[in-house]
Amino acid sequence: MAFVTALVAGALFGLGLVVSRMVDPQRVLGFLDVAGHWNPSLAFTMGGAVLVAAPAFLYVRRRGVDLTGAAVALPDRFRIDRALIGGSALFGIGWGLSGICPGPGLVLLTGGSPRAVVFVAALIAGSLLQGWVASRGSATGWLGRLRHDAPPRA
Amino acid sequence: MTSDYWRALCGGLLIGAGAAALLLLNGRIAGISGILGNAVRGRAGGQGWRVAFLLGLVLPAAVFGLGSIGFAQGLPGLAVSGLLVGFGTRLGSGCTSGHGVCGLANLSPRSLAATATFMAVAGLTVFFVRHSGFAWLS
Repeated sequence: MAFVTALVAGALFGLGLVVSRMVDPQRVLGFLDVAGHWNPSLAFTMGGAVLVAAPAFLYVRRRGVDLTGAAVALPDRFRIDRALIGGSALFGIGWGLSGICPGPGLVLLTGGSPRAVVFVAALIAGSLLQGWVASRGSATGWLGRLRHDAPPRA
Repeated sequence: MTSDYWRALCGGLLIGAGAAALLLLNGRIAGISGILGNAVRGRAGGQGWRVAFLLGLVLPAAVFGLGSIGFAQGLPGLAVSGLLVGFGTRLGSGCTSGHGVCGLANLSPRSLAATATFMAVAGLTVFFVRHSGFAWLS
């Protein structure tokens, strides 16, 4: 059952990426290019998505369970640390270069372009590299500060 | 131009519906960088839903096609971009979906900080690439 519901949820999400044209890197770059021929339409995509998802989060946060009655632990909402900001900044550079974030990157694979394959291969490599770096870092060295579970510095 | 906005809004509503469905029916957050990262790392326990979600994600485009798309970079640029996106989203614990959609829907100050950061840095990156001396990057 979990398999079926996740498949349907993924399909809704993926359909939204195609319909909104988030899968078109040029469209995304047009949205990010505030100083050029700015196309703000994707702001409606983000706004619409947040609007629909918010009641679901409110429900689960209030009750602590999902509709099947299983307990759900939502992530910490408050700790803003160096890893969060540094990681988001690195992501922003990568996203600004290509106009592709992880979801659209995977969807672009269906077009069969070698460019999509290279992007997703690098995406997975970067993801694994972060896990490797985090596992090697001591709690006090500079690598340790790249762990998102690292304690805040005294 | 008006149809652009309708498509953008309708697509957003669908994305939100997908995120809401995964939360309400699976008790999981639709953060694609995290789902992908944990799927390829082979985290024990409950891998099935991750694979199912990712299969569902690509299904509509596989059936209906992608529509008109254009890549902005060649292979080397896409490799650099992919590495940065992969590393950065895992370090920052989320991407456009996890922080930008789910985190904001969860009224999380942490996700608001992350989203503001990656949107601002992505905007600056586009500015440098398109409108400054770094135009050779495009």
